Amino acid sequence: MPDGAGHTPLMADANRGARPLSPHLQVYRPQITSVLSILHRATGVGLFPGMVAVVWWMLAAAAGEVYFAWVDGILTSPVGTLIMLGSAWALCYHFCNGVRHLVWDAGFGFELGTATRSGIAAVAASALLTLLILALV
Amino acid sequence: MSFRTPRQSAAGLGSGKSGTGHWWSMRVSSVALIPLSVLFVVPFARSLGGGYDEVRALYATPFHAIAAALFIAVGCHHLMQGIQTVIEDYVHAPAWRTAMLLGNAMLCALLGFAGVFAVMKIAFAA
Repeated sequence: MPDGAGHTPLMADANRGARPLSPHLQVYRPQITSVLSILHRATGVGLFPGMVAVVWWMLAAAAGEVYFAWVDGILTSPVGTLIMLGSAWALCYHFCNGVRHLVWDAGFGFELGTATRSGIAAVAASALLTLLILALV
Repeated sequence: MSFRTPRQSAAGLGSGKSGTGHWWSMRVSSVALIPLSVLFVVPFARSLGGGYDEVRALYATPFHAIAAALFIAVGCHHLMQGIQTVIEDYVHAPAWRTAMLLGNAMLCALLGFAGVFAVMKIAFAA
C-alpha cells in the first residue's frame, strides 16, 4: 500500500518467500537425544496400525468363531507376527521414553550426561520388555 | 457491557489458542496408560493365537473387560491427541491441515468406540 509521500513501503512484503531461513534439522549432527525424540514421535504414530489390529481382532472375537479364526490367523501369520512384534516394540519404547518424558516434566534429569544415560536406558528397557512379551506369547 | 479487558480474555491462552489444555491432557492420559497398557498387553499377548473360546472367556471376566475397554478408550484418545500434534507441526496448507485433523479425530473416535463396543459385546454375552 502506498504511503502518504507516494512511496511503496519496502518493509511490508519485501522478498517474501525468498528470505534466508535459519538452519533446520538436517544441518545438525544426529545426537542420541534428538534421534530418540524423533523415534518417540515415529513410534507414537506407528502405534496407530497396531491399535487398528487390536480393535479388528477384538471385533472379530465379538463377531463369531469363523471370522475370529480368520483374523487371528492373519495376526499370527509370519507377516502378522512381524507387525505385532513391531507394534510391541513400538509400544515398549514409547512407554519407556514416555516415562522419561514424565520425569523431565517433573523437572528432573536435564543434565547432559543424565539425558544420554536415560535415553540408552529407555532403548535397552524397550528391547528387554519386547523380549518379555515375546516370551509370554 | 463487558468489563473484561482484552488482556484478561487472552490470559492463559498461548499461541496454540487453548493454553496448556492439550499438553496437560496428554500427561494425564500418559500416566493412566502406564498401568493400563501393562494390564491390557500381558493377557492380550498370551491369548493371541490361543483360540476363540479362550479369548471369549478372558474378556468375559469383568477385570479383563474393564482393563481392555479402558486401555482402548484412553489409548485412542492419547493416539488422537498425539497424531493431532504431528499434523499441526508438519501440515501447513489450510485445507489439508483441516481435512487431516478432522480425519484423525474421526478415525480415532471410530477406533475407540468400535474397540470398546467389541469388548462390551463379548463381556455382556457371557
